[in-house]
Amino acid sequence: MPKEIRREGVRRLVAEGAQLVEVLPSPEYEEDHLPGAIHVPLRKIDSQARDVLDPNRPVIVYCWDTV
Amino acid sequence: MSPRAAWRLETLGFKEVFDYVDGKVDWMAAGLPTEGTNAQHSRAGDMARKDVPTCGLTETLGDVKARVEAKGWNAVVVVSDERVVLGLLRARELAMDAAQRIEKVMRPGPSTFRPYVSLHEMLHFMVDHKLENVPVTTSDGRLVGLLLQKDVAAEMEKEK
Repeated sequence: MPKEIRREGVRRLVAEGAQLVEVLPSPEYEEDHLPGAIHVPLRKIDSQARDVLDPNRPVIVYCWDTV
Repeated sequence: MSPRAAWRLETLGFKEVFDYVDGKVDWMAAGLPTEGTNAQHSRAGDMARKDVPTCGLTETLGDVKARVEAKGWNAVVVVSDERVVLGLLRARELAMDAAQRIEKVMRPGPSTFRPYVSLHEMLHFMVDHKLENVPVTTSDGRLVGLLLQKDVAAEMEKEK
């Protein structure tokens, strides 16, 4: 079950080597994304996730907000 | 959207998946840096003056006014011990009876803006509402700085 995480947890885990992933569509990622975030839009997760992410390292996903 | 992504990653075999539920809005509202095309342009949080004078609810107006005017300001942000914005004093309030306590004369609950708002948006709002300055805060209400309309206009002229 995915775990919910807050801002400070994100900073800590990223510093420890977690992969940060924005799942919003391209225009939104291109305008602004968190430093170092990898872009895997929601609809591309099935086809791209295994190619661009390491399944053995922690992954943090985010979008715009809770909606 | 991110909960669905997190669940799908788990079903694809990813062992440790976290969902930053508050997302990009929360990150940017905290004034943290981002990358991307928008990051090249100044925003409210970049331009807000961090040296704006502040005061507490229980100080007297006379004391605050003396401190503020000595530094050449005509605005003061009223904050709690945790720097949460509680009110604002502009020139009109600063000219009131010096013996009054701040909480009696301040403008309570002023409109505040998040650090990621574009200068273009800020200028429109400030001109439309005839505001010389507005406080910029994080999403939990803590003061980042005071944004002056003249600073926004000058910066936008420079970026043209």
